[in-house]
Amino acid sequence: MSGVRVLVGTKKGAFVLTADGTRKTWDVTGPHFGGWEMYHLKGSPAEPNRVYASQTSGWFGQQIQRSDDGGKTWEAAGNEFTYDGVPGTHQWYDGTAHPWEFARVWHLEPSLTDPDTIYAGVEDAALFRSTDGGKTWQEMSGLRKHGTGPAWQPGAGGLCLHTIILDPRNDQRIFVAISAAGAFRSDDGGENWKPINNGLRSEYIPNPTAEVGHCVHRIAMHPSRPNVLFMQKHWDVLRTDDAGDNWREVSGNLPSDFGFPIAVHAHEPETIYVVPIKSDSEHYPPDAKLRVYRSRTGGEDWEALTKGLPQENCYVNILRDAMSIDTLDPCGIYFGTTGGQVYGSADGGDSWAPIVRDLPAVLSVEAQVI
Amino acid sequence: MTIRVVLPQHLRTLARVEDEVHVEVTGAATLRSVLDALEAAYPVLRGSIRDHVTKKRRDFVRFYACEEDYSLESPDTALPEDVKTGKEPFLIIGALAGG
Repeated sequence: MSGVRVLVGTKKGAFVLTADGTRKTWDVTGPHFGGWEMYHLKGSPAEPNRVYASQTSGWFGQQIQRSDDGGKTWEAAGNEFTYDGVPGTHQWYDGTAHPWEFARVWHLEPSLTDPDTIYAGVEDAALFRSTDGGKTWQEMSGLRKHGTGPAWQPGAGGLCLHTIILDPRNDQRIFVAISAAGAFRSDDGGENWKPINNGLRSEYIPNPTAEVGHCVHRIAMHPSRPNVLFMQKHWDVLRTDDAGDNWREVSGNLPSDFGFPIAVHAHEPETIYVVPIKSDSEHYPPDAKLRVYRSRTGGEDWEALTKGLPQENCYVNILRDAMSIDTLDPCGIYFGTTGGQVYGSADGGDSWAPIVRDLPAVLSVEAQVI
Repeated sequence: MTIRVVLPQHLRTLARVEDEVHVEVTGAATLRSVLDALEAAYPVLRGSIRDHVTKKRRDFVRFYACEEDYSLESPDTALPEDVKTGKEPFLIIGALAGG
């Protein structure tokens, strides 16, 4: 029987959770890199035991770690992220020009086909790629230099490139999202890019329908329909059916359409999940009830999933990279909280149980079938 | 000469060493030559103490020797005699905040 491995990045180390296909009993190992902020860990779809991890520290900078045995042992990979050419400036919070400065890797996205090729989304926002297993990194500077870069402005968490989606049917197509610049698409393998934010409306920026400047929190895709994307924006849940050329809001009956993660069911491309958060100034669930909302209609109509989740006195947040699905049947869903809990559901979200509940604040969750 | 270097906890973990490390320096023992030797012996530390390209000290990393703060000194500043002879270590410290 297949098993599941859940890679958990926290504020103070990484943890690896494993279970067999029933997903009832879990083995927890870690912390790996105790004391370090582990922003994101992700395994290669082509070789699941190849796992990459972003290890970072405000004191000691960025490290990339690599495992070839599913997270049991690790080796440091390359950590030199140098912007291509003269980096120039983006906008600071007050609208003044600010030099591009590397801070950390927010998200690692391994190639769908080659274990040695991996993409890294970084702060200040840029996309890097390694084709030698993480030893060396090259910026794909067409994104930062396509024209709107000098107008990008950081969100509250920094100017970060946090979402990278590789099209499984077209190896030339890449989607990325940046807070608070918006979503972008390349159709030529990352050489050239264009903003894809038509239909987004953000009342908190001077021009609510501007080409860039939207605080996109996360985008998700089902691999069987790569032209359909779902977005959790700062406020609003949206979808596109034409690869980002046009978006429409599908927040429907959500109690709040503010939130961070969004995920798509492994076997039902119109079934999506979000975790509503009260507001951008109150980063906890509405009514102090932790509820995952599921739509089986690709948005608009949402149902609250509460079984096994705390329904009183709950004030945790769920960050943008902290929700993931597995591809078993029934589909498993996992999310981690800023309170250190990792919840799992082995029945598509109908019921939930904590896998662990006293970790450091969870930054990222990635599930793999092994 | 052999220079004793004390690393902060997180960098000891990163370099997979338990205690202070010893690095061989040829020529003058300066901030630059000691850090060069340290990074040559432990490549994983590259980028964690100073920038890969500019070699500028990371803001929250401090350098001490013989109870003196060398953090703001020129990279070519010579280290004290007691560090050169091995009587005292060269200390790399993560800046601390009170509270």
